[in-house]
Amino acid sequence: MAISKEQVNYTANLARIELTEDELNILSRHLDDIIKFIDKLKDIDIKEVAPCSHVIPIRNVFREDKAHKSLDVKDALQNAPAKENNFFKVPKVIE
Amino acid sequence: MNYEPVIGLEVHVQLKTESKIFCGCPAKFGAGPNTQTCPVCLGLPGTLPVLNKKVLEYGVKTALALNCSIQPFIKFDRKNYFYPDLPKNYQISQYDLPLSYKGYIDINTDGSIRRIGITRLHLEEDAGKLLHEGSDAASSYVDFNRTGIPLLEIVSEPDINSPQEAYEYLTSLKAILKYLDISDCDMEKGSLRCDANISIRPKGEKKLGTKTELKNMNSFKAVRSALEFELIRQTKAKENNLKITQETLLWDEKMQKTITMRTKEEAHDYRYFPEPDLVPFVIEEKDILSIKNNLPELPRQKYSRLLASYELSEYEANILTSDKNLAEYFEIGAQIYKNYKNLTNWMLGAFLSELNNRKIAPENSPVAARDLINLLKITDEGKINNLTAKAVLTEMFNSGKSADVIIKDKNLAQISDKGMLSKIIDETIKENPSPVSDYKNGKENALMFIMGQAMKKAKGKANPKIINELLKERMKNA
Ligand SMILES: [Zn+2]
Repeated sequence: MAISKEQVNYTANLARIELTEDELNILSRHLDDIIKFIDKLKDIDIKEVAPCSHVIPIRNVFREDKAHKSLDVKDALQNAPAKENNFFKVPKVIE
Repeated sequence: MNYEPVIGLEVHVQLKTESKIFCGCPAKFGAGPNTQTCPVCLGLPGTLPVLNKKVLEYGVKTALALNCSIQPFIKFDRKNYFYPDLPKNYQISQYDLPLSYKGYIDINTDGSIRRIGITRLHLEEDAGKLLHEGSDAASSYVDFNRTGIPLLEIVSEPDINSPQEAYEYLTSLKAILKYLDISDCDMEKGSLRCDANISIRPKGEKKLGTKTELKNMNSFKAVRSALEFELIRQTKAKENNLKITQETLLWDEKMQKTITMRTKEEAHDYRYFPEPDLVPFVIEEKDILSIKNNLPELPRQKYSRLLASYELSEYEANILTSDKNLAEYFEIGAQIYKNYKNLTNWMLGAFLSELNNRKIAPENSPVAARDLINLLKITDEGKINNLTAKAVLTEMFNSGKSADVIIKDKNLAQISDKGMLSKIIDETIKENPSPVSDYKNGKENALMFIMGQAMKKAKGKANPKIINELLKERMKNA
């Protein structure tokens, strides 16, 4: 299955990546190769194989419901590009 | 043409745990912005989520109470989208192996029982809180305290046929959740949130119409109003051959109408995949059984039991069991006071209105059940009459004092002393010669007037039964 430029663009947009025309051309070829490679898995008979939900065979890892101390606000905010009154400040998201 | 609505509801409930779902930050409401965060719930690289045991337990408990089947093997998945309230750019949720499927709630509509299906119930983390008002009009403000609060998502089947039924479903669901004591269910604080899907189709048609999604309703009444509005809007559109577009609409409480949501959110394509940071969970049959055996009595069960045990009407049992704590209050009272009818009348009348006037929940009532019973017993003994008793109850709510103290302090005790009452009657007869002669001439009504005058003289405190007897006796001989 060939990957169209529209599909690459759509995926890039979901990942918030902006691509040039050249990158689009290269990536659609690359993705095509990658998918073809992965498609080889379809040739394997997996009728007897249980679906894998996780690579390590561990189940039921819990923590008890105990609250611990949180970060200080100033530590929580120290990497924020913009902040105000202990809030993270972001571009307005609603019109 | 006649159209019928097809409604499905999606409810998010914050679980009442001490800590968040995947980290140890406190899950308490109302703390200062960004004071309850850590590297895990801020989504910092290299951190690992670990599931809070209580969250799974509460989830199983709720699923069982909603008659759902528990999946023996569950996992978490990442739901990917970009939004500033989501620090990891994905929400840990459940996709294809959720906690449970296929349950139902029986709701009471117009005296008959309707069964509303529950499609699924799953666990996930809450997102942060966005504020859009601040010093800078071009900015939004983010508080990540809410990020990682445990959520249960409960999705109903599109079985709901009217806005009123949606209201009943939510009321019943909330009652069950409150009985289970797994959430505060406070819509104002956002611990219970509801989105609704609605489409319409010609009556009898099987195919579903185009649905719209309604958001931003902050009470059950608002859900009902939004659905009523949308039902009319869609019906009008159909009648005028206008196209109904699939979209998300926001309920505007002030304007009482739905408006198209305009955000910079992209079309939904969540690209779910298994969360590699969390291992799957196997839920053992014996653990399910143990939770099942420890389920508290649920609203419908309590309703049936109260109906059978206390000579209540369906209406009375319904109100008493609509709130677990109200029902408990009633049962504490009923243990020490056997006139259930009188207790019910008082609770559904004066007691509830005192609570409602003060916006107090039954469990926070300043008047304990045994204090109320004490008041009823005093009234039964004839120490005060019914009218005075109601005033005493109000005073009990206001001051927190016991009925005995209030009656003594305000000198409200009824006069039952025959000597004293005879004196009052003598005076009243003397002062009202014409009604007295009217009565003697056959005007029965005149007796009521004289009685009223005597009561007035006793400042309302005369024992009505005794004064009535004495007065009749006296008039016979006068
Ligand atoms: Zn945290």
